[in-house]
Amino acid sequence: MELLLDVSGSMRIADLDGRTRMSVAKQAFNDVLDAIPAEAHVGIRLFGSQHRFPGASKAVGCKDTRQLVPVGPVDKTAVKTAIATLQPTGWTPIGLALRAAAKDLGTGETTRRIVLISDGQDECGFPGPCEVARELAAQGTHLVVDTLGLTLNAKVRQQLTCIAEATGGTYTAVQSQDQLTARLGQLMRRAATTYQATPRQVAGDARCATAPILASGVYTDRQVFSDHRWYRVQVPAGQELRASVSISLDRKLNPDYGVLLRATSQQGRELVRGTDAGSGRTDVQSAGLRWSDQRAPGSDDEDAPAPSTVCLEVSNSFSAPGAVRKEPGMPLELTVGLAPSSPAPSGPDLGRGWQLLLMLAVTGLLTGLVAGWLARWRIAVWKEN
Amino acid sequence: MRSKTLLGLTGAVLAAVAGPAAADDATPTPLPTVDTAGTSFLTATTVRAGQPVRVPASTGDYLYWSFAAAAGQTGRITVNVTLPDAASRHGAATWTVDVFDGLRRRQSCTAGAQTATAEPGSAAISLGCVLRRIRSWAEPWSSDPLPGTYYIRLAATALPEQDLGLPIQTSLDLALRDGTAQPDGAALKAPLSPPVNPGATLAPDTDPSSSAVDVVSAPKPAAQARSWFSRFSTRWAWTAAGGVLAALLGVVGYHLTRHPRRRLPTPH
Repeated sequence: MELLLDVSGSMRIADLDGRTRMSVAKQAFNDVLDAIPAEAHVGIRLFGSQHRFPGASKAVGCKDTRQLVPVGPVDKTAVKTAIATLQPTGWTPIGLALRAAAKDLGTGETTRRIVLISDGQDECGFPGPCEVARELAAQGTHLVVDTLGLTLNAKVRQQLTCIAEATGGTYTAVQSQDQLTARLGQLMRRAATTYQATPRQVAGDARCATAPILASGVYTDRQVFSDHRWYRVQVPAGQELRASVSISLDRKLNPDYGVLLRATSQQGRELVRGTDAGSGRTDVQSAGLRWSDQRAPGSDDEDAPAPSTVCLEVSNSFSAPGAVRKEPGMPLELTVGLAPSSPAPSGPDLGRGWQLLLMLAVTGLLTGLVAGWLARWRIAVWKEN
Repeated sequence: MRSKTLLGLTGAVLAAVAGPAAADDATPTPLPTVDTAGTSFLTATTVRAGQPVRVPASTGDYLYWSFAAAAGQTGRITVNVTLPDAASRHGAATWTVDVFDGLRRRQSCTAGAQTATAEPGSAAISLGCVLRRIRSWAEPWSSDPLPGTYYIRLAATALPEQDLGLPIQTSLDLALRDGTAQPDGAALKAPLSPPVNPGATLAPDTDPSSSAVDVVSAPKPAAQARSWFSRFSTRWAWTAAGGVLAALLGVVGYHLTRHPRRRLPTPH
């Protein structure tokens, strides 16, 4: 993970428990550094640390970002010394810094996390931080940006929540030293414990016949509004297909929406569908389905042979106000699983209830009577002879 | 030499005697408190029934936990959220706890306040959800709850935009009550625990049966949640009682046909 710290001039403002934002951030860094495990790979990047604001020209101030500590095992004392010397200085090029931080982290197999600590809105304008966040998320390398705002300013909040929303991260409005330390620690621990592989990137097709064939596992894709994406899964006999899909709401959308996941045979006959709709604030909208051939073996119906290849179609009914950009599409997460199918159970072998008792009692009584009559008849016959 | 053996024997006996006693004395170790939550289905933090969960978070976070439940169990989820200072809030906020199964299908609650609205002045809010009893088998087309992974999502579903990011404290309590799973004598061959490993695309001519990849999955429930005794369901008792009753009535019926008076030889 990488910590991205704002060292702009406004960090000089003393409004957190009477201390400057910079000193609070420094203190939190020191506390958290003591607690991080030795094997954690952490890097630190700064922005606005070199050119003064106001003073330096916008052209240089807006390119002002440098890596303080490269991503890797942490030398705690060296990092602490480096942090202690930081002085709040310059501009706030968040967008550029985000892009650089993503580059620092490289393209690994695991989810990569950036923690952005800032108190100012990006006055540089280009590249816009929110657009950068979306662009990074669209690269499909599973990058999550958690943001920490050191001020309650509305514009800063909107910018940071937009970054967090676009990448599936979180936003926290920091109001005290303890809160910042606790939150930073929590984010660091989360990064360490959720060491998890990046889902496989896949591109669904517009038709089933040419769609990619998927094995068990997790996949990511992108889907724009009212798009239909097809995938194929080969389901061997005796196996059950389990699929689920989640679409992330990473931008401002109209309040009502839905997701539909359909499984069809290659001929287009629908096998099963999973659907869910919702409204209001949420992070993902999901649907899932299971399917297996439930017909008894041997009862082969010529009209409908069991499909060994199942087509999965994902579609959505999202929409957005006119000003919202539609490209790149919304993140789509697809899970495909194959498991042994469970045949329909026959009735239970044993019974229960008063009706069963009555049934058995009457049967027993009748059997006794018949046996008795038979015995009597036999005795009578024997006596006659 | 002999005394040594004797000593050793005594020691072994003492250990054998002390062993079970010590085990009896030891109370079950309390489960460690969970102080984190995931941010998506894939990163959901696994919790176990009875495990305390106390997570500091920010308003607007989506908190995910997952748990494994077996057939016959009924989940009861209780969530408490300590809200930020009333002075820093700008209006009412609605909180929701959603439960999803392993296929991310929304699960209904049979009881509990799944959604609640916190008035601007209130200091805390409590939510709850009692799930349906998990069935042992269901048709693939149905959305019945099945054994496997379940996901809990806690989030503010409506709140003033200015209130995003404020500190909150959440606590979650999960209880699983055992019961008899329906339908009797049926079982799902593999629990509904989704794979979490990255997938792989296959070539069109791949033999489907050979395409098995190593699948890492979300938490799975114990294969048999119920005790060894409870496998003998009440059906055994009913059926056995019925058999005894039938046997007794069979004897009664036999005797009815051979009444003592009728056994007297008829004079001819």
